[in-house]
Amino acid sequence: MTFRNADVLLDVLRYQLGLTGAKPGCLNGDCGACTVNIDGAAQKSCLMLAVEAIGKEILTIEGLNAPIQGVFVDQFAFQCGYCTSGFIMNAHSLIETKKNPSDEEITAWLESNICRCTGYMEIEKAVKSVIHLPKGP
Amino acid sequence: MNIIGKSVIRKEAFDKVTGRAKYTADELSGPSLHARIVTSPYGHARILSIDDSLAREITGVRAIIVGSHEFPLTGEEIRDRPPLAVDKVRYYGEPVALVVADRYEIAKKAAELIEVKYELLPVINSPTEALKEDAPILHPNLMSYEKIGTAYPVAHSNISNVTKIRKGNIENGWSQSEVSVEATYGFSPSSHSAMETRAATAEIKPDGYVHITTSSQAPFMVKRLMGIYFGIDIGKIIVETPLVGGAYGGKAPIQWEVLAYLASRAVGGKRVKIVYTREEDLTTAPCHVGLEALVKIGCTMEGVITAAEMVYWFDGGAYSDKAIDVSRAGGVDCIGPYNIDNVWCDSLCVYTNHPYGTPFRGFGHSEVLFAFERTMNMLAKKIGMDPLEFRKRNSILPGHTTPTQVVLNKNTVGYLPPCIDRLKDLLDWDQGEITEVDDRRIRVKGIACSWKTSTIDTDASSGVIITFNSDGSMNLMSGVVEIGTGTKTILAQILAERMKMDVEQIHVKMDVHTQTTPEHWKTVASRGVFMAGRAVLEAAEDVIRQIKDVAACVLRTSTEDLEVAFGRVFLKDEPEVGLMLKDVVYGYKFPNGNSIGGQIVGYGNYILRRMTYLDPETGAGQPGPEWTVAAHGVEVEYDKRDFTYKLVRAATVVDIGVVLNHKAALGQVMGAMSMGLAFAGRETFVFDELGRVMNPQLRTYRPIHYGENPRYLVDFVINPVENAPYGSRGVGEHGLLGMPAALANALSIAAGVELNELPLTPELIWRTKGAEL
Amino acid sequence: MIPYDFEYYNPSSVEEAVQLFQTLHHDGKEPMYFSGGTEIITFGRLNMVRAGAVIDIKNIPECRALEFNQESLFIGAANALTTIEERNPFPLLSQTVSEIADRTARNKITVGGNICGTIFYREAVLPFLLTDSLVLVAGHRGLRSVPINEIFQEQLLLESGELLVQMVTNRAYLEQPFVSIKRRRQWDTGYPLITVAALKVGQEIRVAISGLTDFPFRAKQIEGALNRRDLSDEQRIELALHSLDVLILNDTEGSSQYRLFVLKNTLHDVLHELGG
Ligand SMILES: Cc1cc2nc3c(=O)[nH]c(=O)nc-3n(C[C@H](O)[C@H](O)[C@H](O)COP(=O)(O)OP(=O)(O)OC[C@H]3O[C@@H](n4cnc5c(N)ncnc54)[C@H](O)[C@@H]3O)c2cc1C
Ligand code: FES
Ligand code: FES
Repeated sequence: MTFRNADVLLDVLRYQLGLTGAKPGCLNGDCGACTVNIDGAAQKSCLMLAVEAIGKEILTIEGLNAPIQGVFVDQFAFQCGYCTSGFIMNAHSLIETKKNPSDEEITAWLESNICRCTGYMEIEKAVKSVIHLPKGP
Repeated sequence: MNIIGKSVIRKEAFDKVTGRAKYTADELSGPSLHARIVTSPYGHARILSIDDSLAREITGVRAIIVGSHEFPLTGEEIRDRPPLAVDKVRYYGEPVALVVADRYEIAKKAAELIEVKYELLPVINSPTEALKEDAPILHPNLMSYEKIGTAYPVAHSNISNVTKIRKGNIENGWSQSEVSVEATYGFSPSSHSAMETRAATAEIKPDGYVHITTSSQAPFMVKRLMGIYFGIDIGKIIVETPLVGGAYGGKAPIQWEVLAYLASRAVGGKRVKIVYTREEDLTTAPCHVGLEALVKIGCTMEGVITAAEMVYWFDGGAYSDKAIDVSRAGGVDCIGPYNIDNVWCDSLCVYTNHPYGTPFRGFGHSEVLFAFERTMNMLAKKIGMDPLEFRKRNSILPGHTTPTQVVLNKNTVGYLPPCIDRLKDLLDWDQGEITEVDDRRIRVKGIACSWKTSTIDTDASSGVIITFNSDGSMNLMSGVVEIGTGTKTILAQILAERMKMDVEQIHVKMDVHTQTTPEHWKTVASRGVFMAGRAVLEAAEDVIRQIKDVAACVLRTSTEDLEVAFGRVFLKDEPEVGLMLKDVVYGYKFPNGNSIGGQIVGYGNYILRRMTYLDPETGAGQPGPEWTVAAHGVEVEYDKRDFTYKLVRAATVVDIGVVLNHKAALGQVMGAMSMGLAFAGRETFVFDELGRVMNPQLRTYRPIHYGENPRYLVDFVINPVENAPYGSRGVGEHGLLGMPAALANALSIAAGVELNELPLTPELIWRTKGAEL
Repeated sequence: MIPYDFEYYNPSSVEEAVQLFQTLHHDGKEPMYFSGGTEIITFGRLNMVRAGAVIDIKNIPECRALEFNQESLFIGAANALTTIEERNPFPLLSQTVSEIADRTARNKITVGGNICGTIFYREAVLPFLLTDSLVLVAGHRGLRSVPINEIFQEQLLLESGELLVQMVTNRAYLEQPFVSIKRRRQWDTGYPLITVAALKVGQEIRVAISGLTDFPFRAKQIEGALNRRDLSDEQRIELALHSLDVLILNDTEGSSQYRLFVLKNTLHDVLHELGG
């Protein structure tokens, strides 16, 4: 795979690797639609050069298989679905990082993403339902 | 069966949580060239010269296109807009040139090298400025532009359309009125800000067929208008729309498709892709209109409204496009959901040097309701009446007449009084409007009511095709675009209910392809379920009839004795005698090999009935099929020192007819409320004196974020509508309608001053309270 | 998408980074230090910055330091803001930076990048201005340590090719009472209307402000007024507002008059929290 040093990770994921789950919403770090996990941390892939990610573990929505996806479906936590990959990747990182996040912590994480369709309450319900799920083995 | 009302999971849900869902810009199959727009840096300027010599030298640049009189003018009512500016630019962000190149970054680099020289022209930054005597006339050729819709422009002015509403006798109304209130209102244009920016690809095949893929709510309108604009045979235009990442009215107009087509045409028909940047999506693409309003309402001491007189000046921006329609809708429902005998309204669509307006969820209603419902509160206060009681007393009901003189019945209007009663419960209204939190903070409730009909084309129609699979399951094809509303899942529910079948057995074609999907006019105006739902029911009747025909022959009975349900066709009075659908729907084969029937294909369509144009002098006419009503409330926690506030609770109660999918309906209403609160509380374009948008990014133009939202309380009043599929009313927009007014009403009480502008920022409150240090 | 190309370097020591800068500069490459890179990337897309080469400083151990010695706290310039929030060696700094951008972006934005950035809020500098921190700067002549209140005049006045390596803060300041208040145009997200950070050292209140004018600054004028214990709170604030000598911003976040109103109330909160 070849890419330019100036290519942001988002473009390489989408146009070189064909992984279009991460979405461009602003290319300015403002919307969170492009969020992926790098070594477990949520990152906006439009704010990162692909070269910066060399040697790191990149997890995109395509590679995720986690309870958060199911509860997003059950709770109707999306409508158009455009923000969903980013929201889920951010929420997944939160769930994996913090054992019992407070409401303030959940807000601090999730305010990084914009959803224009829902009223956010559905997303809150979905995320909280996974936090309170017994953790797997 | 019992599928109606169930929170059936949307059909495309798993694609959306696994990153598999495909939107227009995700379509990577096949090579394509890339287009980049050069946009206007000013609100109003003459183009002196365009120098593209440097840009042309860059390798990989395939074409550079600049505006020309050769290109058709575009517009849905009045054709006033060149796809690329000619001679003048009229708004910040307007497309001036287009670069097509092998790769996006090449197109971008070249676009930056194109040097355009401008001479600044005086800028019109509001309708008031546009209507001044010495205002520059933005479209001197206004009267000679071609009209393809209905519009009543005013010669030698900046008025692209006038809608007059004259009901009763306004003089009588005023003479009966004992108390009145008059006030003015205003707000600037803002944005839809769907998370997916507008995008399209276009390709002109050697055989002349034009293939367009677009993020649109109106793929069939793209087809029609491209045919009109460029003289292409309509059958040779094929438009595809995959999933759309949010639209809210902003993807109903046609703009990016025209650019993609011009780009493809300039490179011999090769496939060209155009994806708007966020900055372009905010400023180049059509936006949410602004408004200035003058509202005067009069009533008796007992609180009976006798007269309402309004002038609405819509800030339609630089081109009229659909803003004309929005301003007409604002005239149609120029008052709230009230029975008022004497109504006088002029609703004007005005040209300014702003990005041009287009439908925004609510289609002109949240805008005029902001002005009207604010005035209602002031009037209630003046006569010392509870604002909800005042509204209840004046509720419009079956038997009453709308401002466009339609006599309502129980199907054509919902019941407002029970919505108001339920709202009172939800908001603990009897505990008062104001509660003290501490010596600085108070909690305050504000309310508003709303109504809306869908003023859509009188000949709008929707078609549905159903086919069967050999296992007896069904495929559902409708021209409704899946923009996030879940409409296609609800159509599957309607079909499952009618066929008494498991909804899992209904397969839905998610994308729209105009060659194979029957037309649905436009996925707007909360009409998807109503129109396509009726078409689904008709298509279901069609397949049931065909199934019965085959089965009657096999079972040697008459079709009247048969019933179709649970995957079988059987005798009504002897249910054990029957056939599995799978043995019928692909043709029935007798044991000896003889076969009859064949794959069953059904269709249905629906056209809105008895819609009429409005009388240009009085507005009389049937503008839409029915009116949905709702009551709304917002509770804020207000800081008396800082004039800041938090959104605590927001409530909406809608007469929904019948709930088809409970969680989907809640989601639609909450989502709409969220947009309404963001628009009311924070979102606006900020223009400078050159008409430039000073906040063209989501960092400075900020939609509501997680945690800034209130608790949403949503409830429904159930009054089935006879002619709607399973009795439901449209509900996609209604949560939004009362939010601006309700928030402004709450804050006006909290702050003790009348807040008549949007957005309702702490700075606005501070300024209205006297701007003291 | 950044339309131009650049070279990418990933040095592992301060010397190497500085040396690289010299060489690339000499070759006409217009190099830039690249820390979080958020500004370089977002401005690059809009053609507002242009680099021929970027020198990533995130793999330089000194730039990633977050450690104490007897006297001081050393914060490497390339630490992400969330790293600082989580390790929390400097509560005032944690509090101030936790309001910058959003959490995901703060996984990428670094403290040094924020201080050296073009976007003029540079809120992360406020705690360092209040604590009279030193900054450790590397250039081709070696390392130098400079009081931040000298070298930060509206912006960090680095010489060409100089690298901000660390901020060095006296531990005594880390224990002092503080407040950090960010006020926005509306609700909880976005750029500041104003951000006020204040520290009480002994009986003296110190104040630094971002968003009031187009650079962050230690507001000595305001401090003088706020510490006038002979005056009432109202009088002190009145005096503080009158002694301001900066041009107040008037932009999409808010008008200048309104900013003053917000500043006045915020100073009340500062006095209230930190006591006269
Ligand atoms: C969504 C979003 C919201 C934001 N909101 C805010 C906000 O509310 N308040 C605020 O203050 N900022 C805000 N910002 C802007 C943010 O401050 C800048 O993007 C960020 O601070 C830059 O940090 P960085 O580490 O990414 O720097 P970089 O992009 O790496 O560098 C920025 C500049 O500093 C130079 N530089 C970096 N490190 C060094 C060094 N060690 N020595 C010398 N020069 C160096 C670089 O060459 C470059 O010129 C926001 C940004 C985003 C994306
Ligand atoms: S695209 Fe990355 S944050 Fe919007
Ligand atoms: S689901 Fe549409 S933006 Fe979130």
